[in-house]
Amino acid sequence: MIVLVTGASGFLGRAVAAEAVAAGHDVRTLQRRPSGVDGVTDFLGSITDPDHVATAMEGVEGVIHLAAKVSLAGDPHAFHTVNVEGTQLVLAAAEAAGVSRFVQVSSPSVAHSGSALAGVGAEPASPEHARSEYARTKATAELLALASDSDRMHVVAIRPHLVWGPGDTQLVGRIVDRARRGRLPLLNGGTALIDTTYIDNAASGIVAALHRADTAHGKAYVLTNGEPRPVADILAGICLASGVQPPRWSIPAAVGRTAGSLVERVWAVRPGADEPPMTRFLAEQLSTAHWFDQRDIREALDWSPAVSIDEGLHRLSRHEQ
Amino acid sequence: MVTEAASRPPHDLPGLDPRFSRVTAVPGSGVDAGLTRDWHYLDNGDELARLGVPIAGTILAVHGNPTWSYYWRELLTQTLQAAEDGAAADDASAAAAPAWRVIAVDQLDMGFSERTGIHRPLAQRVADLTAFTEALSLDGPVISLGHDWGGVVSLGWAVDHAEQLTGVMLLNTAVHHETGKPIPAPLRLARARGMLAASTVRTPAFLETTLALTSEPLDPAVKDAYRAPYRTAARRGGIGGFVADIPVDSSHESFSELDRIATAVAQLDLPALMLWGPRDPIFSDYYLDDLIERLPHANVHRFEGAGHLVAEDVPYADFVLTWLGDNAASLASPGSDSAPASPSPREAIAAASATSDDSSFVPLWHNLDKRADDTATAVIDMSTRGNRGPQQVSWRQLSDRVNRIAAGLTAIGVRKGQRVSLLVPPGPTLTAVVYACLRIGAVIVVADAGLGVKGLTRAVRGSWPDFVIGEAPGLIAARTLGWPGVRISTAQLPKVSAATLGVSYSLRDLITLGANTPLPAEPRSGDDAAILFTSGSTGPAKGVVYRHGQLSALRDVLASHFEVTSDTGLVTGFAPFALLGPALGTRSVTPEMDVSAPRTLTARAVAAAVEASGASMVFLSPAAILNVVATAGDLTSNDRSELERVRSFLSTGAPIGSELLASVGTIMPNATAHSPYGMTECLLVTDITLDGIRAAAGGANTGVCVGKPIGENQLRISALDEHGAATGSPSTEPGVLGEIVVSAPHLKDHYDRLWLTDREAARETTVETDAVGSAAASDATDAPAAPAARWHRTGDVGHLDELGRLWVEGRLPHVIVTSTGPIAPVGAEQDVESVAAVRRAAVVGVGPHQLRQAVAVVETVSPTRRPGLASPELTAAVRESTTLPLVAVLAVPELPTDIRHNSKIDRSRLSVWAERLLAGGKPTAP
Repeated sequence: MIVLVTGASGFLGRAVAAEAVAAGHDVRTLQRRPSGVDGVTDFLGSITDPDHVATAMEGVEGVIHLAAKVSLAGDPHAFHTVNVEGTQLVLAAAEAAGVSRFVQVSSPSVAHSGSALAGVGAEPASPEHARSEYARTKATAELLALASDSDRMHVVAIRPHLVWGPGDTQLVGRIVDRARRGRLPLLNGGTALIDTTYIDNAASGIVAALHRADTAHGKAYVLTNGEPRPVADILAGICLASGVQPPRWSIPAAVGRTAGSLVERVWAVRPGADEPPMTRFLAEQLSTAHWFDQRDIREALDWSPAVSIDEGLHRLSRHEQ
Repeated sequence: MVTEAASRPPHDLPGLDPRFSRVTAVPGSGVDAGLTRDWHYLDNGDELARLGVPIAGTILAVHGNPTWSYYWRELLTQTLQAAEDGAAADDASAAAAPAWRVIAVDQLDMGFSERTGIHRPLAQRVADLTAFTEALSLDGPVISLGHDWGGVVSLGWAVDHAEQLTGVMLLNTAVHHETGKPIPAPLRLARARGMLAASTVRTPAFLETTLALTSEPLDPAVKDAYRAPYRTAARRGGIGGFVADIPVDSSHESFSELDRIATAVAQLDLPALMLWGPRDPIFSDYYLDDLIERLPHANVHRFEGAGHLVAEDVPYADFVLTWLGDNAASLASPGSDSAPASPSPREAIAAASATSDDSSFVPLWHNLDKRADDTATAVIDMSTRGNRGPQQVSWRQLSDRVNRIAAGLTAIGVRKGQRVSLLVPPGPTLTAVVYACLRIGAVIVVADAGLGVKGLTRAVRGSWPDFVIGEAPGLIAARTLGWPGVRISTAQLPKVSAATLGVSYSLRDLITLGANTPLPAEPRSGDDAAILFTSGSTGPAKGVVYRHGQLSALRDVLASHFEVTSDTGLVTGFAPFALLGPALGTRSVTPEMDVSAPRTLTARAVAAAVEASGASMVFLSPAAILNVVATAGDLTSNDRSELERVRSFLSTGAPIGSELLASVGTIMPNATAHSPYGMTECLLVTDITLDGIRAAAGGANTGVCVGKPIGENQLRISALDEHGAATGSPSTEPGVLGEIVVSAPHLKDHYDRLWLTDREAARETTVETDAVGSAAASDATDAPAAPAARWHRTGDVGHLDELGRLWVEGRLPHVIVTSTGPIAPVGAEQDVESVAAVRRAAVVGVGPHQLRQAVAVVETVSPTRRPGLASPELTAAVRESTTLPLVAVLAVPELPTDIRHNSKIDRSRLSVWAERLLAGGKPTAP
């Protein structure tokens, strides 16, 4: 089938586009920069431009919509333009082009209210309870996408949780960078259990959602490796694989949260080039459990992760050396 | 007092279906003759009629003071619900299961019934209830149900309506109060001059105090519902009336009616159920004990921790429905002639105690009688407490002592079936007292200090002994903690101390008093003999009742399996076995140790005990073994040569690893090391030797191999389902993980006052007997037909292997129910303990049911200072050691264990702790 992948120049987008090619699809991509993925046709442009989107959408049967502004802090307006208005445009163009399968790539943070989550499913997206601009706009986008689910176009929302792997500049890059500079504290000893997703599993799960959209549509699914680990375990694994000393200092979670919200306010006034060292959102992510029930998604998509966390860390270590 | 018409409760009371509320006019009787009284009551009869289900009969429920019919709301709702479920499920089939109609009255002057303004003593209240049921033309089978003083009123109705009564159910109540004994203090206070009206009527104090008698505070809305009919002093007259009607002594106007009811209750030969909340300042275990004496066949469950308002503390309606189901046939048909084939409840218990195999029954004291003239040593106590040396007692002395104490106990009124709590440490005195009690048929209550003060108090109060025999520390505890029973001191106490401790007799007094008292007839094999207590590592300690025949069977299996003869000699500090020496006809010795802390036993103390007795058999608990091995370096060459004479060594209490067992072998080089598996309910289930453990190692089986069943014992496995529940039909199929189910001649008879626990332990255990066992029985042509095997669900999980060996893999509540099925923890724990840096490990679950994730919690060889995540290196090593996916590895300074064995890890507590920590909670000690 002819498949359009938006945002294919990002870490996850590239992997998804490559996976779709490997599955035998005729893959197009839409983003501002070349995707660098072998075997795809790049359409360069912005998802906020109706003409760019309409051109890329011509003759497309399936869409995997990844393009989004991903960040822990920043200008609220920019998040809205890309994540909400952009998604509206892509949905409208897909409907107009007669697309039959649509995978909205979302985030578990759309339903995360800040309390510990242990073994929960995909709760409904809730912009009003979102803990960051990113989460708020992604929640709105997911609601819009699922509202477009119909007999003509089957929409599935997939929420991959904390995707990492070789070549990742978002999560792995920042963790390693901060650990190297000694700016990565553990909160409450880093004991909170979190789910993460190795990149190959995220890509195969998202493509599986495209394949199973006819039966799995109308719902959101959280996608993870299904191997919860304490935060400190994951951070240590990533640091060690990257040849960096893991974080050894811990601060009480409450202190981390307060510090996070203070820094966020200062950053809003005097924005710098880098992300703030600790946001309230990040503090919550690093100090409360969030791991998920994976039975539903595995059954609905007839899919399971092929790469374990240990194998993933092994591959990361090989990549870094 | 004020009069007021009956009314209806508000429509929005939590849990009360307003459809059940009724008001009816009842022609009065007694003081009300010629008058009509309006009663408010709850009735689910119309709703049941609407469903069209057949009605088995009526439950007539009577509330106490100061509650009202609201107390029974859940039973009305649930019986209706059960009928609705049944009607829905049985749509296709011809007949739905019969349902019980529930009628719960508001007694006059109480709840929303009429305020009569007339004093209503007990006899009037019983007559009132009869007038009510006559007005309703209540016919067909009736089960009475009552709580508090409503229990007395309901029983008064019950004994007056034998023609339709089919059963009685009681929650915290009383029918008798011993003359001369003061009534409970809170009631004395409420009744004090000037207090009665103030506490019960003018203020809601009595009402508010009662509403606070639950283990967890009542929901405020529920509390308000209880207050609803008692808002004003004018509406509370009945509360004061009830308190004034408590018959404090024989001069009280209601005394004779209470006496009449109490006497008649003792004649009831119908199914009876008692659900009891022991945390009740008024209706304490004292009254429960009295009721059990009157209705010895009753199904009784005492909910440890529950209070006076037991119906608010436990799901009593579920239990009532269970009981109704169990007794459906006899409850539905009044009159004993309807089912002539089956014995009445009283006949059934009489038959159970008069078992037919008395001909082959050899009582425990048999050897004491046989060796009554033998001057050889029977018992040695190595303890040097109180500056005295080791004590030796000959068979002749012991036999004489037992007979004299038995006569003394008889002289002061100890009778067959009465309970005697023993607060005496192991040694010759305990041995003599135990056999004296057994000889006269008194039931010994053996609660050891390993339960801790709280556990011990619960155990002693729960078993409600009639007598307590103890040393000073035990008696001080009995006095301070208010334990029941006539107190007997082992030592002669100065008069002042005796008075302070409330001690009535010393053992010496008994011997004097019993000088001319002949011994009573010997108890039979079916009579109760002893109550032992579980360790309480999985909830409150449970009393386990053994009959004489079962204790004799324990002696016999021990003798035959371990080849104990009169020459063997036993060294043991482990309570149940320490007492069996005289029964086995062999010398027994208690080594010097603090018996409440087995880990104080040293290697030299064991050697000294062996030297003093010439014993060739040693029993030690795992905690004691640890210390004996640790102190082996102190042994002299003489000690070592003494220990060479030991032929068998038993680790009793909990399974231990082969390494520890092997290290005992270096201390006792000629001993065969055994590690039998058992529990308080069945002390010997299987046995395995060190060689057997070594032979079993290295295979594909997970868990601890505990060997094959001993003697006539039989094993089955009830497979776990995907919810981790043991629902599988018990089988011998190898390789199936499930609950271990055991049958043995020496299996306990039942749990004490824990009807639901008994029920669960025997749930779905009607299984076929081993072909081998039945063939052996039929070979012996002159042997009587073997009675049906009794089975017990152990609460342990494990599997059988192809060779019929049992592998124990943990406790049922510790099974981790993951998304791929249930996992027992012990196999993975053994894997983890193979990591060099790990001393001890527990594998527990975190997360929701069926999604639980396994976590390893380890004690490291070089101790961790603070609890938290293990280091990345240790985490990796632990993960590699096992195929079970572990989401986290936590290190702690010390794993929580039970006091008695210091070996059973409290995995439930660890699981809660790990879950909190792994949710991001602050790192605290488990």
